[in-house]
Amino acid sequence: MESRKKVLLKIFLSTLYLSAFTFGGGYVIVTLMKKKFVDEYHWIQEEEMLDLVAIAQSAPGAIAVNGAVVLGYKLSGMAGVLTAITATIIPPFVIISLISVCYDLFRSSFIVSQLLEGMQAGVGAVIAAVVWEMGAGIVHGKSVLSGAIMAGAFIAACVFQVNVVLIIIVCGLIGVIRSLVHGRREKR
Amino acid sequence: MIYLELFLSFVQIGLFSFGGGYAAMPLIQRQVVDAHGWLSMREFTDLITISQMTPGPVAINSATFVGIKIAGVPGALVATAGCILPSCIIVTVIARLYLRYRSMNMLQGVLNSLRPAVVAMIASAGISVLVSAFWGNDAVISLAGTNWSLVCIFLVSLILLQKFKWNPIVVMMLAGVLKLLAAVIGG
Repeated sequence: MESRKKVLLKIFLSTLYLSAFTFGGGYVIVTLMKKKFVDEYHWIQEEEMLDLVAIAQSAPGAIAVNGAVVLGYKLSGMAGVLTAITATIIPPFVIISLISVCYDLFRSSFIVSQLLEGMQAGVGAVIAAVVWEMGAGIVHGKSVLSGAIMAGAFIAACVFQVNVVLIIIVCGLIGVIRSLVHGRREKR
Repeated sequence: MIYLELFLSFVQIGLFSFGGGYAAMPLIQRQVVDAHGWLSMREFTDLITISQMTPGPVAINSATFVGIKIAGVPGALVATAGCILPSCIIVTVIARLYLRYRSMNMLQGVLNSLRPAVVAMIASAGISVLVSAFWGNDAVISLAGTNWSLVCIFLVSLILLQKFKWNPIVVMMLAGVLKLLAAVIGG
């Protein structure tokens, strides 16, 4: 590999670029990270990258940020983490700062407010489509427990307005119990 | 101490949002709309819409947006730092453990149980967005108070996404343009 300074500079520039031009969520950005660091730079092996992506997706927090952390850590330790995270944050921070300064002006314009209102319905549709897709995946998994968790969590969140953090903790605990029971069965 | 409140709120968002993007939405809604009233439901929905059109994770976008609105640029910095702090620590630790042990059965088990819950919570957040769009902010649900043009736009968008697999960003833009046209033609 190249000298440490050069590596850090490359990490900074490529994550900055990816973060600035990746629309459409975390899953897109990790794919692009793979293209860059596995296929182009050959700094990480394909299989290892998949595991790193799994970590980024499974840990709490934004996938793009987590992706930057695992990548930075793998390539250059703590210095890599700080470099990659800074580069990932700069583009959204600057863009949203600019928008929020103009937000009131933005909102009071007739054209913008109509556009935003229509786009609310569009966002609702996008969310509905995502839920449909993910929900179908879980239903097809044919696990009764997963189905029950989904139904229970929905009722808790939507009808009873239970704190989402509590729902996540409870479901995480169910997962711990599930894998303990499963592990014991496999040993027999 | 507003900076501390912002920081702690976004630490919670960073700490408990599993599964990225949409999964963070209900948490952000709870913190910034329900618990602290930093944004109205309408502003929150605008924020989600803006996040969809701009690059960057929803959580980071929200931290910046809410931080600036409540306490200027320092507020935005504090909120963003809070939002990424849990990621930095947790992911670094897991990456370290992974590079050493490379086996994560327990984590997989937890994930398998979190995934359905995450879908359910995204659905719940989606319903809030739609209620706000169809019935306005007071959310008094009645037939007469329904914004039918938005209901139609929602259905058209859904069909374009599901049946014709259009790009979500294109569909959202189209939804905005349709509403603008409806407003111009209708009055």
